[in-house]
Parts: sequence; structure tokens; C-alpha cells
Amino acid sequence: MRTSRRLGIRTVAVYSDADRGALHVKSADEAVRIGPPPARLSYLNASAIVEAALRNGAQAIHPGYGFLSESAEFAQLCETEGLIFVGPPASAIREMGDKSASKKIMGAAGVPLVPGYHGDIQDINLLKEEADKIGYPIIIKPTHGGGGKGMRIVQGPDEFIQSLLGAKREAAASFGIDTVLLEKYITKPRHIEVQVFGDKHGNVLHLYERDCSVQRRHQKIIEEAPAPHVKHEFRSHLGEAAVSAAKAVGYHSAGTVEFIVDTLSGKFYFMEMNTRLQVEHPVTEMIVGQDLVEWQIRVANGEPLPLIQSQVPLTGHAFEARIYAENVPRGFLPATGVLHHYRPVPLSSSVRVETGVGEGDTVSMHYDPMIAKLVVWGENRDAALIKLKDCLLKFQVAGLPTNINFLQRLANHWAFEDGLVETHFIEQYKNDLFTDSNDDKVAQEGQRDARLSAAFVAACLCKKEQIDQQKSVSGRDGLLSLWYADPPFRMHHCARRTIELDWDKESDGHDSELLKLSVTYNSNGSYFIEMSDNESPGMEVEVIDLENHNFRVHTDWLSTDVSLAVYIKDCDTHIHIWHGKHHHHFKQMVRLEQSSEDVSQHKSSFEAMSHPRGTVVAPMAGLVVKVLVENGSKVEDGQPILVLEAMKMEHVVKAPFSGYVHGLQIAAGQQVFDSNVLFRVQDG
Amino acid sequence: SWKTRPSPAILLGSTRPYSPAAVLPDGIDRTSDSFARNSLAVDQLLSDLQTHIRKVLGGGGAEAMRRNVSRNKLLPRERIDRLLDPGSSFLELSQLAGYELYDESLPSGGIVSGIGPVHGRLCMFVANDPTVKGGTYYPITVKKHLRAQEVAAQCHLPCIYLVDSGGANLPRQAEVFPDRDNFGRIFYNQAQMSSEGIPQIALVLGSCTAGGAYIPAMADESVIVKGNGTIFLAGPPLVKAATGEEVSAEDLGGASLHCKISGVSDHFADDELHGLAIGRRIVKNLYMAGKQGVINSQPNYTLEYKDPLYDVKELRLIAPADQKQPVDIRSVIARIVDGSEFDEFKKLYGTTLVTGFARIFGQSVGIIGNNGILFTESALKGTHFIELCAQRNIPLIFLQNITGFMVGSRSEAGGIAKAGAKMVMAVSCAKAAGVLAQIEQKQQEKATHRGKTVAMFHFTIVHSLTYDSMQWSEEEEEKFKDKVVEAYEREASPYYSTARLWDDGIIDPADTRKILGLCLSASIKHAPQDTKYGVFRM
Repeated sequence: MRTSRRLGIRTVAVYSDADRGALHVKSADEAVRIGPPPARLSYLNASAIVEAALRNGAQAIHPGYGFLSESAEFAQLCETEGLIFVGPPASAIREMGDKSASKKIMGAAGVPLVPGYHGDIQDINLLKEEADKIGYPIIIKPTHGGGGKGMRIVQGPDEFIQSLLGAKREAAASFGIDTVLLEKYITKPRHIEVQVFGDKHGNVLHLYERDCSVQRRHQKIIEEAPAPHVKHEFRSHLGEAAVSAAKAVGYHSAGTVEFIVDTLSGKFYFMEMNTRLQVEHPVTEMIVGQDLVEWQIRVANGEPLPLIQSQVPLTGHAFEARIYAENVPRGFLPATGVLHHYRPVPLSSSVRVETGVGEGDTVSMHYDPMIAKLVVWGENRDAALIKLKDCLLKFQVAGLPTNINFLQRLANHWAFEDGLVETHFIEQYKNDLFTDSNDDKVAQEGQRDARLSAAFVAACLCKKEQIDQQKSVSGRDGLLSLWYADPPFRMHHCARRTIELDWDKESDGHDSELLKLSVTYNSNGSYFIEMSDNESPGMEVEVIDLENHNFRVHTDWLSTDVSLAVYIKDCDTHIHIWHGKHHHHFKQMVRLEQSSEDVSQHKSSFEAMSHPRGTVVAPMAGLVVKVLVENGSKVEDGQPILVLEAMKMEHVVKAPFSGYVHGLQIAAGQQVFDSNVLFRVQDG
Repeated sequence: SWKTRPSPAILLGSTRPYSPAAVLPDGIDRTSDSFARNSLAVDQLLSDLQTHIRKVLGGGGAEAMRRNVSRNKLLPRERIDRLLDPGSSFLELSQLAGYELYDESLPSGGIVSGIGPVHGRLCMFVANDPTVKGGTYYPITVKKHLRAQEVAAQCHLPCIYLVDSGGANLPRQAEVFPDRDNFGRIFYNQAQMSSEGIPQIALVLGSCTAGGAYIPAMADESVIVKGNGTIFLAGPPLVKAATGEEVSAEDLGGASLHCKISGVSDHFADDELHGLAIGRRIVKNLYMAGKQGVINSQPNYTLEYKDPLYDVKELRLIAPADQKQPVDIRSVIARIVDGSEFDEFKKLYGTTLVTGFARIFGQSVGIIGNNGILFTESALKGTHFIELCAQRNIPLIFLQNITGFMVGSRSEAGGIAKAGAKMVMAVSCAKAAGVLAQIEQKQQEKATHRGKTVAMFHFTIVHSLTYDSMQWSEEEEEKFKDKVVEAYEREASPYYSTARLWDDGIIDPADTRKILGLCLSASIKHAPQDTKYGVFRM
């Protein structure tokens, strides 16, 4: 939309009921409602979108990055209705969208392929035989769709059938078609993809490659361009293969040819072609200095490509980090909630933030939990990485768990710094990335940092409170404001107060430590802050309010900018602080001014924490798609009990130990919420 | 609604280009020997004061505090802090009440009282200190409780009683129960204030036995804390002795009983913090339609104000260590009022009394300050000025610094008694707010005169909060052999008088301006009343 505006093209957005206030709706010149929240009834409803386009007199439809962007039917529908589809020809989408068919075409065009089974016959026994023939580990993929949905890796023949059924079910839910293909699973692969572009005059060129190896749950989280440790010669081969692939299907507009690179043999194989502009296209834009959306629009308009292959520049290095609302310690489970505080980094020619949300927005369970993508550019990889780390430190999100902290750990890992990326990077270094160091020195340092942050939080809160109070009485009565003087008056002594902060060590609130601070209001307006455990000497903190929750804080050895985010959620005040390279999260019990005389309300929150042994609660809000056992039946330790779907992903809920299932009263199709009791497993 | 609007010529005189004289001069000679001596003497006095305060803030001592914490209780000042708007000020009264009054020490008289804002509304707090003799009422405890109620009644401040008391101190019950201004007066005051629409709120945070039970029972709204709070006329041992019934304290008068069955208390609190939070909520919901803002149709304050031109801290150095040295009261006023601007009234007449208009934190005030012995003319001038302020409902500030009325045949013949009587009449009847600050004390021999005059001020000024500032006497080398003189000196000590609540507290001179502002804020919150005088002897 930004590009369109620059080109003087008017835009109309479509939205579902869940996105009425979303950023894309606000940014467009006009916006049209197309249906209720479930994507099937809105963003995947091709006829509704086309109808909306026709009704509003649109000439072209840009399908974005997801949903219908790779739907040949949709492209065809546009063509039929006389609308320009800003994307490739429907035939190319169809050919590339069917993974089995695409591989046949690619094989014919001489593009290298991974060994596998791409047949149309989907008989379970035949697939099993083929799998055994290829040899484990193998990977099951839906022939339609992408983004990791419906993919399964199978380590041995025993797991095959169950994985196959799960993959098919997920594929059917997301893409409407449940055919799958099987492939040899490469153990130490890199995921490298080439950006290609074609026009309607038969010209195709490539805009170099992106390395998207660093993935979790088969979804990319950090991409970079160009790929590290790639020689010029290899880059050319890769590019040429991608161009051949595109030409083989008569491609125009933007596309991405994905390759899997076997780091052990140095060979690369064609994986698939994404017939759309991908989420990560900005990293390519950064290194070639072009606006690819503009190219798409010009190509759709019948113009030739503005450059030829030899003219495509390659300058510097770019990273993209995807910031997700997700629960990293709980296996990257998507998180939902309100974005209470959202302050991305300041933008510049070398820092871009693409975001679909704003402060106060709700990240709902209906769509992708991506909050923003952060793209940075530097003259070389080292410079870009420094910038990436800096931006991640300054990227402020509070209200729901995010992966920012995890991205920081990734970016700071030695292997990542050395460019030793591969698809199993996170798995391989999980000990470094997930667990806190057992090193006492590091732990002590963490304690010290948290205590310093807590002291700053206490001081800034006192200052903020004072200023708010003064504001609330100013103008009401001249003398009343005297009672809110800074520091507050006490007869012959200094006012003191105790502030309790619950330090949340992980974003999910399961590991916390209560810090008690005593704040003395000094007569010069500064604060003297002591920890009640007396482990560290007190500290004098002076705070200058810079408005908008920004402060300048001075101690006798440090002077630093501090940002706070304060919001209330679930009866707690949440406080986030950012200063220097630190970000900490604290909670405070809200001063109950609401009566809780009906004591039951008070207790319910405690009850959730203290369920009897064997109780299984919903790990997240979602839809129950399948219940695998009946209430009362005997189950083994780890046996799948039911399957939840949320954020378009399936999650299997398993028995915590063997025993009998009780209280299972949930049926497929039912909605459950975070921490709802699902069932209980008992020994007898 | 004003009876008479203040004359702009007087109030705004200083802003006129042709009357620059309204700005007071500095008035301190920093090079003099006495200045250096004063500085030395005051440092000693302030450090003495700090020592006393530290002891008082320690309540009933470390052991009692530990016991208090183990019961999930806060100390009285912490309780008040949690009720106050976060980070707001608290004007504590009579911190040194009970100082060396009894054989046993009774820090702050066993009760903490003072004024502070809750949801932007000033309230009077009265909090028993359970760490001091179990929060029982000594005679001085009763007196302090009553004084807090008196100020609250005069200033129309909602009262919040933080009750945690074992009732009357039984060994002293003869001095606590029977007289008019004894224990029962607390309930009389509650009834009177409630009838005048001054909210009475009780938070039962501990025991509330016998007479104490009437504090929550008489309150408009009350809160009781589960486990710690109990209300009963007689505790379990007495009940057993009287009727043979055996019952636990919680069943006899706990939160559940009083909130669910008896209805003696209104709000059930899970714990102390919850109880205090409910207390804040009650104040938040006080809506007194038509009681506020009556005087604000013509505000007699400005929101913008200037600080004094001279350092307020120098007030510490003005009062002389050598008590025979006079003080120019104008150098005191110059450090109290906005922009050091003071528009004098009758400057050339009766010059031993200084009168005039000024502003303190934007609030107009009339100031009356002694500048020597009172003569007939000074008394007449004072009377005139008080009448002016009463007419205009301008709060009065008395800066007292006096040895007495002039004695001698010439004075008597001039009718000094008659002139003095006029001033007493004016002060007694004026219905304007007033604050008294006592600047210093002179020679011991004249102290009796002073005492009498001050007493009249104390008892007769409506809406008054009285503050003694530091009174300092230099340590004399010679020993007093005359026991009377000795007694005079002891009794003239500010600690002696403040222990007995002859004033509302000793202040650091450097805080004078701030405290005057807080007192004014508390005392001018409601509609002016008409002033009526008795017969003036002419």
C-alpha cells in the first residue's frame, strides 16, 4: 500500500470482522468487509473478494503474502472477471502449486530434485511402501500449500501411519486438498531460496538468494541475504537453476524458487516454487535496492523488467527477523492477547519494520501470530548483525509473550555470528538457546541486572505516580497540589514505602522471584532504594521524566535512558523496563479497591494453579478438532488424547501418565480457552 | 459568595509599578557574631529534635514491632501511608505527645494522627499504635484523639479511624473515663460530626474492646479485617466470668460475625491490605453534593505563585540564641510569603504589632506578627485588622513572638486592659481560618504572661491549627538554685508543652512555609461563616 501510494494508485483493503480496526484497514484509502473471522469465510473466500473488487471499481488485485496469493483458482477467477491479478499466470500457480506436478516439470527442465515419491496414488499402504523404499528419515508434505503446515518428519516406520493421517488432516483444513508427497529427509540441510522475477515478455532474472535456514516448527524466523559462506560460482549456478525453473512454467511477476542445500555434499535440490511475493522479500530489496512491489505492479501492467541480469546490483547484507507472539519455552506455541505496549525501533534507510498491528490491537487466534518483521541492512554481514542485535534490544513489545528475547539469543550465538546456519540450527544448539546457563557467575549477573532494573522500576514508578497525581489535582485547587509535592512531606522524617515486584524470569510467568524494595524519598527529590534482603547496599536514584513512559535515570555510577510499559492484565499490574541492553518484566498485585467479598471469585485464580495431579488443561485457546479416546478409557503415558487446532496449527494433547481418563466432556468442534480443564488422568 | 470582596488595591498592590515597597527586604545581617551563634545553637537544637523523633518513630520497640509483623499487621504510619494517595504528603500532629509525661515511655502518646489526601480529598487520620502498650488509651491518648477530632470538625475533614486498641488503660481509668473531655467525648464527637455531614469511617484492624467497640459502631461506614479485627463489649475471659459462656474471640466478635450476622461492620476484608484498600474506596465514594466549592465562585487564590525571594531555610537562623536580642518579624514574613510581598496595614501605627496582607502558595492570608511588647495602640491595630479579615473571610496567620503586654502606671492609665480585651474579643469571635506559629520564647520571668495569652489563642480561634515553631533557649552555664525558676525553665521547654498537647507539634523553622500552606489547605475547605462579636469595651 505504501508503494501504491507512492505510485499514485488508490487502494482498497478487505477485512474480516476480527480485523475491523487492523492496521491494513487503516492504511488503505478504503476498506471493505468480506466476512466473519474464520479465514475460510473471509480471506479465503475468493468470490467475496472478487465481488468486493468489482463493486469498488478496482482494476487489479494484489493478493498479499498468504491466503489466496497462491491460489490458481483465484487468479483464474480474476482473469475471468477482467481484473488484473498482480502475480503470476494462473497456469504457473497451478503447476507450481501441485508439488508433485512441479517436480516432474523441474525434472524435465534439468533442475536437480530430491529423491522421493510424488505420485498421485495416495493409498496408505502404497505410501508406506514408498517410504520404506526411500529410507528413513523421510518427510511428508502436502502437495498444496506451504508455510510448514501439514508437514511431518518421520524417523521410523512405526510412526508413519499416524503422522501421515495428521498431515492429511491438517492439509485438508488449511488448503482443502489432502494429497501428500514423500521425500528423503536431508539431515544437515540449508534452506536457500532464490528470488526470481519475470515479465510478460518472457524475460526472467534472479535477484540473488536468501538463506532461510534458521527455522522453528518449520517456519522461518531469521532470514538473510545474501546467504553466508556461498561462493560466487555457487551463487550463479543457483540463480541459473532458479531462472530455468521459472522459465519452465512461463512465469511472470515475483516468485521464489526454494532449494535445499545438503551441507555435507554441497549439492542443491529443487524443493518448490512459491508463486508469490514472500514475507521475507524485503531482505532482497535491501541488497538490490529495488521495490519489488513496484516491479509487480509494473509487470502486471505489461511493462518490461527495468533491469537485465548483469545490471542487478548486490550491495551489503540484510537480515530479517520475524517477531512473533509466541511462547518460546512452551515449544513456540502461538500466544494470543492484547498488545499493550508496542514501540518498534526508529526507522531509517537501513532499518525497516513491517507491521500489521499497533498498540492496543489484539493478536487473535484466527490468523498468523506475527507481530512484525524487522529488516536491517549493513555494509557487510558483521555490520548488519550488529544493527540487528541493536534493533532487537530496542524493539519494545509488552502484553503478550514474544520471541524477541529468543531472537536476541540466536543473533548473539557464536555459530550464528559465524554464519554456520542450517535448518536444524535451533535443535542443534538448543542447550545454549533455551536453558539458562548453569554458570553461577552468569546467574549472579542476571540477578544483579534484575535488581538494578527493579530499582529503576521502583524509582520511575514513584516519579510517574507523583507526576500523575499532580496533574490530576492541578487546576482544581491551588493549595491541594501542595499535598502532592515532590518529595512528599513528612514531619521530621522522609517518606518511605515498600514496593513489591514479582520478577518474571520467563515470559510465561512460571518462573518468578519476589523482590521487595524499600524506597525512601530523599529531600532533594531523588530516591534511596534498598533491597529488603540486604544483599546489596542501597542506591540513590535520580529520575527525570521525559514523558510517554520514558525516563532518564542517574545513579552515582550510571546514567541511562529507561523506558517503561505499564498495563493491567489478570489482576496484576505488569511492568516492563528497557534500559541499555536489559529488558525485564515485573508484576505487581493490583491494589484491590474492588470488593472481593464474594470470596469465590478470589479463589478461582488460585485454583487454576493447584489442580490435582493428573489434571490436563488446555495449553492455549483453540478449537478441538478430534477427540481420540472416550471418557473412562485406559490410556498409556504419552498417548494422544485429543487434537486442538489454533492459529492454523494442530497440537496433540497427550496423557501425562498412564491411567484412566476422567472428566473428558469435550467434543470435536468445541472451542476451549487457555487453561480450561480438559480432562484428568487417574490411576484407578 | 463573598460578603465583601477583597480590595484589589490591597491585594494586588505589589504588582502596581508605583508601590514597589510591598517587597520586603532581606533583613538578615549575615556578618554579625550573633548570626554565627544562632547557626551553631540551632544545629544542636535540630539534632536533639531528630533524636527524639527517631525514638518516637520506633513505636513500642523492636520486640513489639516483630510481634506486630508476625500478625500480618503494619505499623500505624505504614497503614496511613497505604491509605494516602501514593506519594502524597502527610501532616502529622503532635508527634511528641506524651514525651516524658509518664514513668513509662509512650511514643506519640500511643496514637498517630494527622491530615493527608485520599483520592484528592483531605482526611483526618487517627491510628492506634498497637505496639505501644497494646494501643490502650492513656489520658494523653484521649486528649490527642479529641484534638484530632476537634481539628477535623473545624476543618470539615472526613475522619478515618484505624482502630487497633485494647481500650482504656485500666490502671489509669480514673483519668480516662469520667470527665467531660475524656473517653466518652470521642463518641459524642463522632455523633456530632456525623450529624454535620462529616464522614466518620472506621477500619477495624485489630481489637476494639469495650468502649473502643463504639468507634466502629458509631462510624458511618466500617471495615473489619478477617482474623485480626474483633469488636466486642467484653472479651472472651470477661464473658466467661460474667455468664459462663465459653467462646473464641473470632466467634464472639470477628469479621464474619459482624459482617454476616450482627451488622456491626459493613465491609469484610480478607487481610489488612485489603481492608486499607476498601478504606480508600469508601473515601472515593464520598460524594458531598453542594458541600464543596461554595467559596470558589470568587476564588481567593491564584494558581500561579512565586517563591519567597529569600531562602526559607534561613528561618533557622533568625531567632537569636541570645533571647534578649529583638527579631524583626518582617524578616520572618519575608521568608514565608509568596515573592516576599507583604502589603502592610497601619504600618506607622502601633508598630510593635505588624499586620498586613500577603499570599502563601497563592492563597491570600492576613498576617499578624509581634514585633515587641504589646501597647494599647498595637492591640487596637490588631483588633482592627482581625475584624477586616473576618469580614472578608481571609485566613489569619499569627506569628507569635511576645514577652507580654506593657506593664506600668502609664499603660494601665491608657486602658491597656481594655485594649487587650478588644483584641481577645476579636480573635475569639472571628470565624475566619487561622494558624498560629510561635516564633520563639523570651525570658523565663515573663513566661506566665505568654502562657495565658497563648491559651486564649488556642481555645478561641475557630478553625485553628496551632504550631509552635522551635523555641530555643541557650544552655546557661550558671545553675539555677531557685526551684521556681527551675520549674519555669522546665515547663517553658517546648518539649514539655508539646508533650501535653498545648500545641499541635514542634516544627523545623525551615518547614514553616510548607506547613502553613498545608494547614491553610486543610482549614479553608468549606463555606465561610458569618462572624458575630460580643460587646466591645470602648
